[in-house]
Amino acid sequence: MSSAHLDASGRPLVAVTGLGMVTSLGRGKADNWSRLTVGQSGIHRITRFPTEGLRTTIAGTVDDLFDRPFAAPELSEKLAMIAAEEAVAQSGLGRPGDFPGPLFMAVPPVELEWVQKQELAASSNADVTYQALLADAARHRHTDYHAMFLFGSVADHIADHFGTKGSPISLSTACSSGATAIQMGVEAIRRGDAEAALCIGTDGSVQAESLIRFSLLSALSTQNDPPTAASKPFSKNRDGFVMGEGGAALVLESYESARRRGAAILGFVLGCGEKGDGFHRTRSSPDGRPAIVAMQQALADAGLEPDQIDYVNAHGTSTPENDKMEAMSCTAVFGERMGRLPISSNKSMVGHTLTAAGAVEAVFSLLTIAHGRIPPTINYREPDPNIPLDVVPNTARDAAVRRVISNSFGFGGQNTCLVFADSPA
Amino acid sequence: MAREVVITGIGLLSSLGEGVAPHVEAMDGARPPVIDTVSFAPYPVHPLGAVEYDRQIPKKSDQRQMEPWQRIGVYAAGLALDSAGIKSDAEAKDRMHVIVAAGGGERDHAVDGQILTGLKTAADPGVFLNERLLSDLRPTLFLAQLSNLLAGNISIVHGVTGPSRTFMGEEQAGVDAIRIAHARIAAGQADMILVGGSYNAERRDMMLLFELGGVMLTGDVVPTFARDAGHGGMVTGSVGAFLVLEAADSARARGATAQARLDSVAADRTRRNPADITRALTAMAGPLTGAPLVVSASSGVAACVAEEKAALAAIAPGATSVAMGDLTGHAVEAAFPAAVALAAALLQAGRGTEAVVTGVGHHRGEGLARLSRA
Repeated sequence: MSSAHLDASGRPLVAVTGLGMVTSLGRGKADNWSRLTVGQSGIHRITRFPTEGLRTTIAGTVDDLFDRPFAAPELSEKLAMIAAEEAVAQSGLGRPGDFPGPLFMAVPPVELEWVQKQELAASSNADVTYQALLADAARHRHTDYHAMFLFGSVADHIADHFGTKGSPISLSTACSSGATAIQMGVEAIRRGDAEAALCIGTDGSVQAESLIRFSLLSALSTQNDPPTAASKPFSKNRDGFVMGEGGAALVLESYESARRRGAAILGFVLGCGEKGDGFHRTRSSPDGRPAIVAMQQALADAGLEPDQIDYVNAHGTSTPENDKMEAMSCTAVFGERMGRLPISSNKSMVGHTLTAAGAVEAVFSLLTIAHGRIPPTINYREPDPNIPLDVVPNTARDAAVRRVISNSFGFGGQNTCLVFADSPA
Repeated sequence: MAREVVITGIGLLSSLGEGVAPHVEAMDGARPPVIDTVSFAPYPVHPLGAVEYDRQIPKKSDQRQMEPWQRIGVYAAGLALDSAGIKSDAEAKDRMHVIVAAGGGERDHAVDGQILTGLKTAADPGVFLNERLLSDLRPTLFLAQLSNLLAGNISIVHGVTGPSRTFMGEEQAGVDAIRIAHARIAAGQADMILVGGSYNAERRDMMLLFELGGVMLTGDVVPTFARDAGHGGMVTGSVGAFLVLEAADSARARGATAQARLDSVAADRTRRNPADITRALTAMAGPLTGAPLVVSASSGVAACVAEEKAALAAIAPGATSVAMGDLTGHAVEAAFPAAVALAAALLQAGRGTEAVVTGVGHHRGEGLARLSRA
């Protein structure tokens, strides 16, 4: 391998040759980008299930993909399929049904839903118990439920459809899962295990119970009216995140392979950083050290100094805690320059797409570089005096952006940061 | 240049007890398997006995924040750290990576039953569901259900705070966790990784998922490799299994004992056409010299058992083989890590020089690891 295809550490450079996405803003990266950069919100009232009695009644669901009732893994699979079709087609890599690399997939945890359990309970005359459900299950009239609710099935179907190679990885690092999927693709290419990888984040799990679970943790915005104004990262009156759905896919490829076949190169993943936080299950270390270290490691892995970053694609959930912690951590990493370094949150428009978020925001980060335009943080009406940052308020901004760091932080102390660039460092 | 990967820590917890000794004794027939045929009848299960969780999870508040699958996993992870002699090395644990194979979603069975009963007569089922979930779900239950919160609890309880990933996907998650951990260390992307998983078999919600697919064994427990289409399926067991994998040079540098060498880990995902499993296992085994020990992580599902037997007859004829499921019950995500742990313990005990560990998921995924005496 020629040294032009290696990074400063002698590892294969990782190029991006395909991108695809679907969110509440629309299908495909062209529509998503045009709506994102005019500051449009995809958040709306939930119609998928009754919201009577709920404190939060809004989300960025993707509603137009089924004309029948569906389970969360079915929607997650469809979102992944749409995003991956777009990414693989753009890459021109392999042949239909024969993608020449492994699959790394961030998928939401799945379980039997109420609809299926109600079906199994139908034959029960007395109080319903799991023994009764088991007795009905033993009649084996619903064998399709088994495969549908196995954790590995969504990735299985994607692997079958695209013909990815080897054992597909289904992974979760909570709200940083999408970034982890990309990181694992980078690692596989750097190891020389593969010349290309299909990396996907998907989440179609807005259901009554999933929403109530976050609601019980007081994590969600309850400012339902108007829905489009609820997600307001970095604002003083932010009060929680808004659940979103979406899928995003990246085709990663060794620079050498992409060059050899004359593929259009959409950007590079120059660095990945990751640090666990043992402080608390849902809260970050008060000193921000894990997030700081994750960013610093991503920069070091990319062979870059903080001054070489042009834009921070924030995790920016719109929860009081995350945004404060993220602002503090960024200031620790980028110093006094942080006051001038643009940082914005895509979640102000698409909500928090949870398992998919890291991948969705990776695609937006690469589009930011490609278009030279920074998407805004919308709903920024009441600045938080404790977060004196340039959040690109309300209106997109044209700027030369060569290098982006994208942050993803999740429950369970997960902190993953990725560095994207227009060219090798 | 691939680096040599060794196992420097083993943490095992099951119905047989904790540590490797009771598992080796069970393999030798000196300790009978523990099987409960009553509590979850008609499904036999290998239940976890009393565990003094305080010994690995000192804070009661931490224990309360976890459901059993997480407590089992955190406990076994602690055993592995002890075994590797790294438990008190805060600096090493701050850098140590974690890969966990996990399921998740332990349900509140009583609440589910009550809600399902009420839904039958509710005037407006959707509204009823909202009301009941809001009032009956414990807020912190969610955190005991999230798949990555076993890894999260390991970082909180044991202070292991390097990069951390959680793989899902039933048995194959366990295979891929060890495969990726091995590959990352061999390639120099990590020096030390805590890898493994846990499974709580004493929960009807998981039995329900597997019974829907008709993959649970009911009635008499027969040995895994004697199961066939007439009497096959999974007998599950509660198991926590973690390993500390380490670059051999890193282990040497800190004076740690290599308990076994992990030479290779391969994984495949066939379409499960006839003979696919046999072909995949045979190909992954490659050429073997001598008569290796074989530890199988078989689920006990009849079609898989038959093909695995055919593969083993071809790749390791006459080998001493043991089905982990016969000792501890089938542990789904933790099955392959547990089988690798036993193989490593047997090699360290001088029971052989080479071992093969096979994993065949009950629905998908095939894996094979090769180990040798360190």
